[in-house]
Amino acid sequence: MTAAALDGAGPATSARRPRHPGGLTPASGLGLGVALVWFSLLVLLPLAAVAATTAEGGWGGFWRAVTNEQTAAAIRLTVTQALLVTAVDVVMGTLVAWVLVRDSFPGKRLLELLIDIPFALPTIVAGLVLLSLYGPDGPLGVDVTNRRPAVFLALLFVTTPFVVRTVQPVLAELDPEAEEAAASLGAGRLTIFRRIVLPAITPAIAAGAALAFARGMGEYGSLVLLSGNLPFRTEVASVRILASIESDDLPAAASVATVLLVVSLAVIAAIDLLQRRMVRRG
Amino acid sequence: MSIEVRHVSKRFGDFVALDDVSVSIPTGQLTALLGPSGGGKSTLLRVVAGLEQADSGTVEIEGVDATHLRPQERNVGFVFQHYAAFKHLTVARNIAFGLEVRRRPKAEVRRRVQELLELVHLEQFADRLPSQLSGGQRQRMALARALAVEPRVLLLDEPFGALDAKVRKELRDWLRRLHEEVHVTTVFVTHDQEEALEVADEIVVIDAGRVRQVGTPDELYDSPADDFVMRFLGPVTQLGGDLVRPHDIELHTSPVEGATAGTISRLVRVGFEVRIDVTTADQVVLVTATRPQVQALGVEVGTPVWVRPVAGAATVPAAGPAPDDDLVTA
Repeated sequence: MTAAALDGAGPATSARRPRHPGGLTPASGLGLGVALVWFSLLVLLPLAAVAATTAEGGWGGFWRAVTNEQTAAAIRLTVTQALLVTAVDVVMGTLVAWVLVRDSFPGKRLLELLIDIPFALPTIVAGLVLLSLYGPDGPLGVDVTNRRPAVFLALLFVTTPFVVRTVQPVLAELDPEAEEAAASLGAGRLTIFRRIVLPAITPAIAAGAALAFARGMGEYGSLVLLSGNLPFRTEVASVRILASIESDDLPAAASVATVLLVVSLAVIAAIDLLQRRMVRRG
Repeated sequence: MSIEVRHVSKRFGDFVALDDVSVSIPTGQLTALLGPSGGGKSTLLRVVAGLEQADSGTVEIEGVDATHLRPQERNVGFVFQHYAAFKHLTVARNIAFGLEVRRRPKAEVRRRVQELLELVHLEQFADRLPSQLSGGQRQRMALARALAVEPRVLLLDEPFGALDAKVRKELRDWLRRLHEEVHVTTVFVTHDQEEALEVADEIVVIDAGRVRQVGTPDELYDSPADDFVMRFLGPVTQLGGDLVRPHDIELHTSPVEGATAGTISRLVRVGFEVRIDVTTADQVVLVTATRPQVQALGVEVGTPVWVRPVAGAATVPAAGPAPDDDLVTA
C-alpha cells in the first residue's frame, strides 16, 4: 500500500475563496453597512431608548422600581413560567416534530396546519379561546382563571409552534443512512437518538427554545384575560410595565423592561452555550 | 459459504426488487453484485445487512440464521455510497463509534482506532470533522468505521459511486490491497462492469430482481450465460444471429470458410484501436482491431471484406433488441 496512491485520493482541498486584501470586497462592505444600519434603526436604537429612559430615574430609581415587592414578584413569576414552558416545549415540540416527519398517519396534513394556529391567531383572540376553554364555563370543567396555571397554559399555547417549526425541517433533512450506519455498528434505537439524531437537531431545538422563552417573557395578550392579573399571584411583568405607564411612571416601566431584556439575553446565551456543549459531546 | 441467501423476494409496492433470489457468497473473498441501476443489487445487500426485511426467504451469515435478526445483531460492516458520516463527530470518534457502543475499555478503543487510522492512512486527520475531508478520505473513514467492530462480513453499497473517476480507480486498487491484508468476506455493489472485473474474485450479475449468472470475472467474460450478461460485461456487436465481442471478429480480404461478406462503411481510429463498421447484406457489424493489423490488411472504406468470429470466441444467440450502449454505462 503506497502512500503515493493515496495522495491522489486527495487531501481535503480547501475551497475557501481568496480573501480581499482589505478584508471586505466593495459588495460585501455595502451589504454589511446596510445590515448594520437596518439593525441599528430597528433594534439598537429602541433598546438604547429603553436604557436611556431607565437611566433617567438614576441607579436608585432603577433599584427602587425593580425591588418593589409587587414588581419583583411579577418578574419572578414571568421568568419561572417562561422557563417552565420552554422546558415543556423542548420535549413536546421535538416529539411532535418527530411524529410529523417520521410517521405517516391520516390527518397529518391537518395537524401540520393546526400547529401554526397559535402563530396566526392575534394574541387577544388566543386569550379569548383559552378563556372559553379553561374559564368558569369551560367544557372541560377545569377553571384556572385567576390562578397560576392560567399563565402557564396561556404561554404554552402561544409558544407551542416554535420548537416544532425549527426542528421539523432539520429532522426532515437528516440523513437516514447515518442512522442505518449506527444501527449496523450495533447502536440501539435510544443510542442512535441520543448520539446521532439529537446532536444534529440540538441547534434547532435551541433556536426554538430561545424563541419560545423570549415570547414567554413578553407575552401579554393571551394571558391577561385568563390570569386575572392578581398582584403577587398571577400578575406578569408585561402587565406591570403597562401599569407603570398608566400611572405615568415611565422610568419604572423602562426599568422592568431592562430587567426582562437582560434576563432574556442571559437565558438565550445560556441556551446557546448548552447547545454547543451537547453537539460537541455527541 | 459465508453468506447464504435462499429464495429471497422483496417488493416495494408494485415494484419487484428481488424475485426469488438464491445466492452463496464464499468466505474470505471479494464478491461483486453487478447489475444495472434499479436491478435489485442494493436491495439484496440491504437485506443481508438487515436494513431491509425480505418478504420471504432466508439469510444465513456464517452459519447463523440471520433472517429475523435486527441490523444491530448481525455484526456486519456496512459502507454507504454517500459515506453516512456522523457529521458532528471527529474522524477518530466516527471510527470509535461501534466500539464505544459495545462498551469496550477506553484504552482498547484508543489503540484500535489508531490501528485503523493507520490502515486507511488517515492518521493526521484523526481530529478533523468529516466535512473537512475529501470524498475519498470520507469513504476510507467509513470503511475504517465499519471494520472497527471486526464484522463477519463487510458490505459496500456502491462505495465509489460518488467519487470522481480518478479517485475511484485509486480507491478500487486500494480496496483490493486492503482486502488482501484484512481478508474479511466482502461484498460490494456496483453498476460498473470494469470495477467488478478488476476487483472481484467472484461476480454475481443481477438484473430485474433475479440472479443472471454467478462466476469468476473470466468465466463471465468468456462464457456469458445469456445475451444480457454478454452485453453488460463489455462491448458487443451482432454477427448473423449471434452476439460477439467486436475484438473477437477477424477480418479477411478474401472469402474464407464460414465468413460473411460485407463492405467497410466506416473506419475510425481511436488511440491504439481502430473501429471498423462492416456493412453486410442485412446488418452493420462492428469490428475492432489494432492499427498494425489494419495496416497489414491494407483495408479502407469501400474495401470488400469477409468477417467471422475468431476460434474460441464467446458468442451467445442474440435475443431482444440490438445492443444498447447506455446499458453499459447506466
